[in-house]
Amino acid sequence: MAKSNKPIIWFPFAAGGTVIAFFIPVIVLLTFMAALGYVPTGLSYDSMRAFAGSGIGKLVIFGVIALSLWSSAHRLRCTCYDFGLRADTLVANVLYLAAAAGSIATAVYLLRI
Amino acid sequence: MKERLVQMEILRYNPDTDTEAYFQHYEVVCQEEWVVLDALNKIKETIDPTLNYRWSCHMAVCGSCGMMINGDPKLSCHTFLRDYAGVIRVEPLAHFPIERDLVTAPDDFMEKLKRVKPYLIPKAPKPISEGEYKQTPAQLKRYHQFTLCINCMLCYAACPEYGLTPKFIGPAALSLAHRYNQDSRDGGRDERQEIIASKEGVWECTFVGACSEVCPAHVDPASALQQIKIASSIDWFQEHLMPWGKK
Repeated sequence: MAKSNKPIIWFPFAAGGTVIAFFIPVIVLLTFMAALGYVPTGLSYDSMRAFAGSGIGKLVIFGVIALSLWSSAHRLRCTCYDFGLRADTLVANVLYLAAAAGSIATAVYLLRI
Repeated sequence: MKERLVQMEILRYNPDTDTEAYFQHYEVVCQEEWVVLDALNKIKETIDPTLNYRWSCHMAVCGSCGMMINGDPKLSCHTFLRDYAGVIRVEPLAHFPIERDLVTAPDDFMEKLKRVKPYLIPKAPKPISEGEYKQTPAQLKRYHQFTLCINCMLCYAACPEYGLTPKFIGPAALSLAHRYNQDSRDGGRDERQEIIASKEGVWECTFVGACSEVCPAHVDPASALQQIKIASSIDWFQEHLMPWGKK
């Protein structure tokens, strides 16, 4: 029996799951605080923009967004399968393409800063 | 001791006479502190001797009395009547063919268990004169939890992936493979990987986690499968991206 090539898909999925678990709740909280007008100085528009402008900042933001998108796409694919939607190749292509499009858009916007 | 009239709806099927399975209703007086298996035994002894089911130890050790109780996979010797009100519905374990009444055929699981080589494969032959294998508590801890499996197959009845894809090696067999892979005395991981790192192996799992919820021995198969996925992913990257690191 041949070993599966699934790790190519699963490893970024698992990495994305970890990123989502650690970063997304914090980002949601900070965004919520910002919406209510509580913005800590370190997270002001100017300092965030400067962060996104630096090489390491671009890399971190891209990593968080791209891995989260990939992870969500794969999770949704598994959910579709579990709920009986068996057109797996079609579902996988649509969802992974959506994640890829989101990742490319992120890269483009980050490079324009 | 308090007594109670228990109503049960039990799935019946006799392959010699029935074309399909049906539910039979029973009413039986039970002690309040009894388990479902006690009620089944009383039905068999006093009402209907034709009722078939498997059991042996009556203490959640042998793993033979697994059945669906109100839709959940449970050991009937470990499921108390006092936790249920109204009619208790008892069916054979889901996802396995019914042999007769509550008895299912475990052949598929047995065959899969054999395929993952759930036994120690020593790294090199070691004569008895060289003494025993020694392990530190930390080495024991790496696999101890996965030794607690009693092969009751509740995890297979709970796993939606096994229901959808019967070829899936499944939670218990994979956890037992992992148990030996994690053992410092073992050298058989490469042999087992051929089976467990295949598509029908660990990669059919979507981490639903139902296996760990129903496991009466707290093996936590879902955790074993996640650990296998990480190890198999590292293998894959080493084999494909770092050919110089190949064993």
